[in-house]
Amino acid sequence: MLPLVEVRPTEPSLQIDPALTTRWLEAFLRDEMQERRGTSRAVIGLSGGVDSALVAYLCARALGPENVYAIRMPYRTSSPSSLDDAQRVIDALGIHAETIPISEAVDGYLSHAPDADARRKGNVMARTRMLVLFDQSARRGALPVGTGNKTERLLGYFTWHADDTPPVNPIGDLFKTQVWALARWLGVPHEVVDKPPSADLEANQTDEADLGITYAKADGILNMILLGYSDHAIAARGYAPAEVKLVRRRVDGTHWKRHLPTTALVSGTAINEFYLRPVDF
Amino acid sequence: MQAALVQFKPRKGDVPANLAAMRDVFAQLASRPVDLIVFPEAALTGYFLEGAVYELAVDAPTMAAQVDAQWRAAGGSRPVDVVVGFYENALGTFHNSALYVRCGAPEGVHIVHVHRKMFLPTYGVFDEERFLTRGRRLSVFETPFGTAAILICEDAWHALMPTVAALKGARLIIVPSASPGRGLSGTGELESSVRWRAILSSVAAEHGVYVVYAGLTGFEGGKGMSGSTSVFSPRGDLLESLGPLEPGIISIELDPAEVDLARATIPLLGDLSAVLPDLWLDDEIPVARRLEERP
Repeated sequence: MLPLVEVRPTEPSLQIDPALTTRWLEAFLRDEMQERRGTSRAVIGLSGGVDSALVAYLCARALGPENVYAIRMPYRTSSPSSLDDAQRVIDALGIHAETIPISEAVDGYLSHAPDADARRKGNVMARTRMLVLFDQSARRGALPVGTGNKTERLLGYFTWHADDTPPVNPIGDLFKTQVWALARWLGVPHEVVDKPPSADLEANQTDEADLGITYAKADGILNMILLGYSDHAIAARGYAPAEVKLVRRRVDGTHWKRHLPTTALVSGTAINEFYLRPVDF
Repeated sequence: MQAALVQFKPRKGDVPANLAAMRDVFAQLASRPVDLIVFPEAALTGYFLEGAVYELAVDAPTMAAQVDAQWRAAGGSRPVDVVVGFYENALGTFHNSALYVRCGAPEGVHIVHVHRKMFLPTYGVFDEERFLTRGRRLSVFETPFGTAAILICEDAWHALMPTVAALKGARLIIVPSASPGRGLSGTGELESSVRWRAILSSVAAEHGVYVVYAGLTGFEGGKGMSGSTSVFSPRGDLLESLGPLEPGIISIELDPAEVDLARATIPLLGDLSAVLPDLWLDDEIPVARRLEERP
């Protein structure tokens, strides 16, 4: 018998080199904020979750903690432990912090919308936080820095023109599992990294229950969808067909959320169709 | 030949500022023995311009005059050869080009060669052929080092390009580049940079040529140009390289004897020259050999 080496289908790696990734993202923040947009000041909506914590760590390293402003924006139903977890990040980094509750603003509007369900309320909260972040940035001559990760962007698990609005986002091309890996490497407090991720818009809400799949599985499937693998090829690498279908349906149903509004083209000079200029020109 | 390879970080679209930065580089180098200074692709404008390329492209004589003026303003008291990538307006046809220009000579500026990028990446993040026209000729030219060729970025990824350049006599291949870095999977280096190094090393070793690579650096709308300016010996050894993120300069002496030695030790280029007619005359290769043969 000759030695026989059997090659089975392998899954493309989601591993990242945390040191290299950190260097790259720090350089990105300095170039895009200081050199291109002329400010060193970053405003971050610090939720107590791992995404915004990681962004705070990256901004503190790239811009200096004295230039980072964390804004906590609890609603009255927000979990108190979220505020505590955000405080751990603030204390660890020595960044500026302010707490601006959004309950009055949100409830003020909702008093005119008594029929709003949980989904609509969640969107109102997210858009109110966006309003606060931009105004607090204007107040400080700062820029809001985005905290949306690649997984939630691909699954459409965010409020359009709310979480996705900051002009600079260092982690938008990192899957959630890569966010966790980088956060651990950078020393984000374990209470923040290890807790179940939650949008914290409703009591006892978790992302993975909302989505119907774990982030670990979603990321593996998403990565292969983006690389062009068929559903069959993904399933052959150990994923349940129903989960592959779920993920693909979410991606295909949310392409619009990853674009600017659809504008009727009526001329030969339509912006971003014929008139093409890069964002940094 | 003493070469200086400049890892350059332009301000997007700000040509006066970038010419001033070029002048600063020249001032740093003017007092040193230097024969050739290489800047990256699209060095004076930045790489991703989209429709703004039509506002910023210039013709080769204008580009040459601007570079020559910087060398003289920086106190360059003797002639020097400069390679710089630029967007070229050739009477209304636009190219991604690189200029080889002799600056500072008493008789005035002299354009030695203009290479127009032949392989315009138009996939994924790249959109060059939407805005530009491809070059149609790969030529070699004479330098103080000997015969040389320029390949711009993706030009160098096609094995046939350096092969043709070497067959035409190139002993030095100059690669101005703008490569958005990608792939952070855990080698300590960008995957794109690792791939570049493998390609350039292979080019140098197969043909017994020096390969000098000058990379753009700095972020352009989230896309980080990956620098990695480097020099490969005619044996394929990496002699020096810079990291991805910071501007910098490599100064290095290129010795023509090294090319001779490498080719004597492993005569792959000579072997190829001998076999090439058999390969090229093979009717199975779908290439029109002469214009008149095309249907």
